[in-house]
Amino acid sequence: MTTATHTFPSPPPLVAEQGLCAAQWGMVAFLVSEVAFFSTLIVTYVTFLGQDTVGPTPAEALSLPLVIGTTICLVSSSVLIHGAQLAIEHGRQRLFSFLWAGTIALGIAFLVGTAVEWRELIVDHQLTIGRNLFGTTYYTLVGFHGLHVTGGVIAMTVVLGLALSRNVTRDNCISAQLVAWYWHFVDVVWIVVFLVVYVGGRGGGL
Amino acid sequence: MSLAPPAHPFENATHDGSGRRFGLTAMLHTWTTSVDHKQIGILYILMSLVFLVIGGIEALLMRWQLFFPRAEVLAPNTFNQLFTMHGTTMIFFVGMPILIGLGNYLVPLMIGARDMAFPRLNAFGFWITLFGGLLVYFSFATGGAPAIGWFAYAPLTEQTFARGPATDFWALGLLISGIGTIAAAVNFVATILAMRAPGMTMRKLPFFVWTMLWTAVQMLFALPPLTAALVMILFDRQLGAHFFDVQNGGSAYLWQHLFWFFGHPEVYILILPVFGMISEVIPVFSRKVLFGYEFMAAATVAIVFISMGVWAHHMFCVGMSRTLDLVFAAASLLVSIPTGIKFFNWLATMFGGRIRFASPMLFACGFLSMFVIGGLTGIMLASVPLDFQLSDSYFVVGHFHWVLIGGTLFGTFAGIYYWYPKMTGRMLSERLARWQFWLLYIGFILTFGPMHVSGMLGMPRRIYTYDPDRGWALWNQLTTLGALIQTPSYAIFVYNLVASWRNGTPAGDDPWDAWTLEWTTTSPPPSYNFEELPVVHSRRPLWDAKHPEDPDWQYE
Ligand SMILES: [Cu+2]
Repeated sequence: MTTATHTFPSPPPLVAEQGLCAAQWGMVAFLVSEVAFFSTLIVTYVTFLGQDTVGPTPAEALSLPLVIGTTICLVSSSVLIHGAQLAIEHGRQRLFSFLWAGTIALGIAFLVGTAVEWRELIVDHQLTIGRNLFGTTYYTLVGFHGLHVTGGVIAMTVVLGLALSRNVTRDNCISAQLVAWYWHFVDVVWIVVFLVVYVGGRGGGL
Repeated sequence: MSLAPPAHPFENATHDGSGRRFGLTAMLHTWTTSVDHKQIGILYILMSLVFLVIGGIEALLMRWQLFFPRAEVLAPNTFNQLFTMHGTTMIFFVGMPILIGLGNYLVPLMIGARDMAFPRLNAFGFWITLFGGLLVYFSFATGGAPAIGWFAYAPLTEQTFARGPATDFWALGLLISGIGTIAAAVNFVATILAMRAPGMTMRKLPFFVWTMLWTAVQMLFALPPLTAALVMILFDRQLGAHFFDVQNGGSAYLWQHLFWFFGHPEVYILILPVFGMISEVIPVFSRKVLFGYEFMAAATVAIVFISMGVWAHHMFCVGMSRTLDLVFAAASLLVSIPTGIKFFNWLATMFGGRIRFASPMLFACGFLSMFVIGGLTGIMLASVPLDFQLSDSYFVVGHFHWVLIGGTLFGTFAGIYYWYPKMTGRMLSERLARWQFWLLYIGFILTFGPMHVSGMLGMPRRIYTYDPDRGWALWNQLTTLGALIQTPSYAIFVYNLVASWRNGTPAGDDPWDAWTLEWTTTSPPPSYNFEELPVVHSRRPLWDAKHPEDPDWQYE
């Protein structure tokens, strides 16, 4: 295409560009759309907060001890997965698999905690999705978050399978990295949900 | 630069190298399993054209009913179903897919890549969009389409008012096709940011690619709230939730906010890629570079961000508050600044150029002349007192059809006439193009011009009939007449596509003497696009190749 003759001007040398790779940009773009999705659910939750004429209200139904436990699970899982990242970057595959499995366990613990909490809400407080506006918005927001945790646990299990078959290495760890980004995102969403639903939404204060 | 003699994609399909499969089955197999961005792009475009015909027939039926006052061609409920399906079809299954399809075909070629970043995700996006459309139409088989209007105001979508499964099909269909749109947006962002040819920095992107990038960003912000709102409708209807159930404290007002937070940016999703196409066509047919590239680029970004804060101009009549009315009116007027910048830059590009009125340029000029009028009626509607009078009247219908047909459709035709030779290796007939253009141009003005008048005379949108003493009959008859003049133009277009694909003049690699990378490869391009990945030094790499003595990179 380019005919380089010395009578013609020759272009300046190319400067190599640094930046994220396609898979990383894809994950960033996906997470942006997820932010928009969860923002909508959170705005809706706040819109309907305190609008109910029938109980139970958030202050009556929601109890903190269990939720603080599940929150600790999720936040510490973010720390573990970060440790796993550092491990694979230093080529320590066994440590990676160990920390990664720990992350999965904490994710599952979170889901079990949510299940116990929901059982309590449904059986003891008769709070269902059709009960009142609180039930409607609460189960939608927390449910979609739980669905994302479930998706994360499945994705992490796949990566664990890859790692155990020695397909996640220092030079080939993009799948682990992307899943870790996703997991951090799910964690951050939970912190917002925790603050909005369990701290602010119950009428303030712990 | 020229490789093997141009082969038709369909011919490739029948002799797919292996020599095992022939005929229709083989062709279907190739196209349904394809992950090639060019084939997926063409599938998107074909899907849109089919839905365009369906949506057009729905429009014609409604115009038939409105021709005479007190006509009884359609039952009221049928009429409601038709305008719901017409709007839904044209926005979700014609407008968005045809632009995504063109983007799919062109973006990798224009940035010198061999495919999109995620080819299988790309195929997934197309098929789920198509199945979303089929799901919405499947409601006809369940005893009638939804009759809720395309923006489906609550509480009309609640079980109490919309019995039967049609509304569920509508919500589910839009939900899954929205997932397809988000998949396409993710793919565009990743492709454009990470797959550009060596040397093609962000400042050297072809302008169409730049607008596709920002369209994708806008999709990422605007579609998920709609997805969430559709989920809420489905939860209300299927699980007894109360989001929009006003008897139990739900909010019809919330739906309007959520829907229009998607709905207004959607307008820009439907017009930004067209701005990009126009910005490719006008320079080539004026033989000048795009005037004020940097300003055009900045204006695109400004439109994306400003237009995400204007949605409630669709809700002035809801009774928000005077403060909110003023804020949203002011923000809406603000959008006209970057749009105006674009408009004057296009005029400046043409100014003093050697203009060739080939078919793409003809449609581009149709776009310029009509879009400016649609923009002006938009400014009228953004002012609150006028909107109080004209909201939900035929004036509004006239306005947004002026923008969507005069803007999106004319611009898309410009793009299709411009790139069809690349896609097929054949030129479209210029004679048919002129027939199509003038029938469409005249028919379009005659259809939607009188709507502004009937709207100002007080005719509300979505009524299935009207009394003779209202004085609306003449304007409705002109509108219907206009629709009848438009109809053959679409038939000519489809005929032109088919006939030229079979017998059109061979196009060669670069029929328009253009400057971007897609014209450096064969027409149609081979499956791998480029034999050798190009190296780019300016915004017009092909100009540099044609004029090594005076390359563009000296000036950029
Ligand atoms: Cu708007």
